[in-house]
Amino acid sequence: MANIKLTIDNKVVEVPAGTTILEAARQNNIHIPTLCYMNLGDMNIENKPGGCRVCVVEVEGRKNLAPSCATNVAEGMVVKTNTVRVLNARATVVELILSDHPADCLICAKNGNCELQTLAQDLGIRKISYQGEQSTYREDTSPSIIRDVDKCIMCRRCETMCNDVQTVGALSAINRGFEAVVATAFEQNLEKSTCTYCGQCVAVCPTGALTEVDHTQQLIRDLADPNKTVVVQTAPAVRAALGEEFGNEPGTLVTGKMAAALRRLGFDHVFDTDFAADLTIMEEGTELLGRLNKFLAGDKNVPLPILTSCCPAWVNFFEHNFPEMRDIPSTARSPQQMFGAIAKTYFADKIGVNRKELVVVSIMPCLAKKYECQRDEFSVDNDPDVNYSISTRELAHLIKQSNMDFNNLPDEDFDNPLGESTGAAVIFGTTGGVIEAATRTAYEVQTGKNLENVDFEQLRGFEGIRSATIDFDGTPINIGIAHGLGNARKLLESIKDGSNKFHAIEIMACPGGCIGGGGQPLHHGDSSILKARMKAIYSEDENKTLRKSHENPYIKSLYEEFLGEPLSEKAHHLLHTHYFDKSKNDIFID
Amino acid sequence: MSSVKVKLKKTDIDKLAEVCKSFNNEPGELINVLHKAQEIFGYLPSEVQEVIAHELKVPVAKVYGVVTFYSFFTMTPKGKFPISICTGTACYVRGAEKVLDEFKKELNIQVGDTTADGKFSLSCLRCVGACGLAPVVLIGEKTYGRVAPDDVKQIIKEYMDQ
Repeated sequence: MANIKLTIDNKVVEVPAGTTILEAARQNNIHIPTLCYMNLGDMNIENKPGGCRVCVVEVEGRKNLAPSCATNVAEGMVVKTNTVRVLNARATVVELILSDHPADCLICAKNGNCELQTLAQDLGIRKISYQGEQSTYREDTSPSIIRDVDKCIMCRRCETMCNDVQTVGALSAINRGFEAVVATAFEQNLEKSTCTYCGQCVAVCPTGALTEVDHTQQLIRDLADPNKTVVVQTAPAVRAALGEEFGNEPGTLVTGKMAAALRRLGFDHVFDTDFAADLTIMEEGTELLGRLNKFLAGDKNVPLPILTSCCPAWVNFFEHNFPEMRDIPSTARSPQQMFGAIAKTYFADKIGVNRKELVVVSIMPCLAKKYECQRDEFSVDNDPDVNYSISTRELAHLIKQSNMDFNNLPDEDFDNPLGESTGAAVIFGTTGGVIEAATRTAYEVQTGKNLENVDFEQLRGFEGIRSATIDFDGTPINIGIAHGLGNARKLLESIKDGSNKFHAIEIMACPGGCIGGGGQPLHHGDSSILKARMKAIYSEDENKTLRKSHENPYIKSLYEEFLGEPLSEKAHHLLHTHYFDKSKNDIFID
Repeated sequence: MSSVKVKLKKTDIDKLAEVCKSFNNEPGELINVLHKAQEIFGYLPSEVQEVIAHELKVPVAKVYGVVTFYSFFTMTPKGKFPISICTGTACYVRGAEKVLDEFKKELNIQVGDTTADGKFSLSCLRCVGACGLAPVVLIGEKTYGRVAPDDVKQIIKEYMDQ
């Protein structure tokens, strides 16, 4: 495409045609402030409704100020981004937004992490010249997400994530003018909508309008209760992001410090969800091979492709949108739930504690996990296998409250037996990781040969939908991968209409996989952060001595002492689940 | 939100599917489809919106967003006798607002609402082209001219027993 020359703040710059003024400026180190604008370029996620008007600039020869996010460059254009007129307009816009915004910044869940707050500070807003009516709307609390619409500034990023990226369609702007809010269909509670609790709306909300349900107070009480044994499990993606909350560069691995911090917080046993990820591979991998071998033997009725089932938002998504395909996903529970089931049986027996006195807490990069803990099928006599889940962000808060100097903590190990894991488990935290882990084990089990190179580069990457064929010693196995629910939908449609034939598919609901989960430290639109986390995950895998799930010695003894073998009756009972048709809830008509 | 719970008959659902089909089930035709649907049902209850969302493959939340954005669309069924008060310039300067207030008071409803018994609904419109008769009130097809607030009680009474 042809290049275009223009002047921004007296600097002559050259950019490709079709570039917006905002992008042209940013490429040349001129940082025009934005509020509603969001661009996650690597994932084709863009939100530029041109609604907030914070990014306005002066364009010579144009009467009105131009929103730089939605105005393309033109040859010879002369742009000024910081004239008095522009600064005044920007200040006015922000003051008007603040005039209809609760002034409870100091006690807001997003205090210190709010883009509106930062903008007001950067623009030096010291007074609000406008006083008028404040819009109010009821608060809506679901098992995972809290909507406090009074703090909504109608940037509509959540709508972009929910509709365009995730194709969940739970949220839409409704009403008009002052009455306009982002809401669900017929303004029902989120719990009654098609929401999957993926939390991507929370991940991109610039203010405190969308936040997670916070369990830290309950956790503090449980840790202080002498009658309770409290164990913790941490998901793979947490260790690759938690450090950011303490000023570390994105991609800094803090596995050891995290284990140390959890021990100092008072957990009786510091375990790892990675252990359960290895267990997942044993169950899911065996299920995959079972179906595959039946298929290869000529049984055409066997449900293929097998779909991964680790991601609770993905499970919610297919229960709502593809209930007719619910016999295809693996019946394996997610690692979080496998951990809970094993902790409250095998481990509780080992330490001689009644399951009701054992509190299992999970640290997750995810908000849907909060909902998953509460699913009826994952509790015994009203005692949930996992009592509750807290996000990476909540853990960071908790560590800060506990007066720990996180960065100077020593590196410590997880406890045994539920803390040992292989590299295969670590990569569960990123898109492509679960299927790579499954391939490492399935290959060896199927072919009986030792896998020399465990790095399946063809399964890695950032592309929304990927596919690869892996040679299982002469048998080609077709694998599909999707991250982001919109991509998952596309992949599923292609299976439905028969245009794609896969043997196994991995799906993660969040862009990037769990590293980009709704409970992770906020990336504020910087997708390089996700890439850094992904790199960290693969480097942790590389540094592990054991990199195949079936080599985990504690997994071996779990089967020997307790479960028997993968897919045994006991394993079925504790480690597998079934799915529901939730589409009926979505529509009132019969 | 104000909506009445209804159960759509199979024939209603088929009719809606037919309407959507006449617009090739194009998501971009949502507004046209809603217009047609409101013509058929008189209003757009949530069940109608769900069928349309299903047919056009758009989220129900989006359909609801469009319905609540445009004042033309309503989720409240119109009364048996829809009352429209002209608040165009001529009627307005000749006291339409006072007439409107009287209707609100007598029927105990706001503009856009329907009485609990489903008999009357109240709306405003702009100029019916009978400015000589200002202020003008329409009830169904019938026109009332030079209406004074004192006339309102009597007008309503005409329809009470119908």
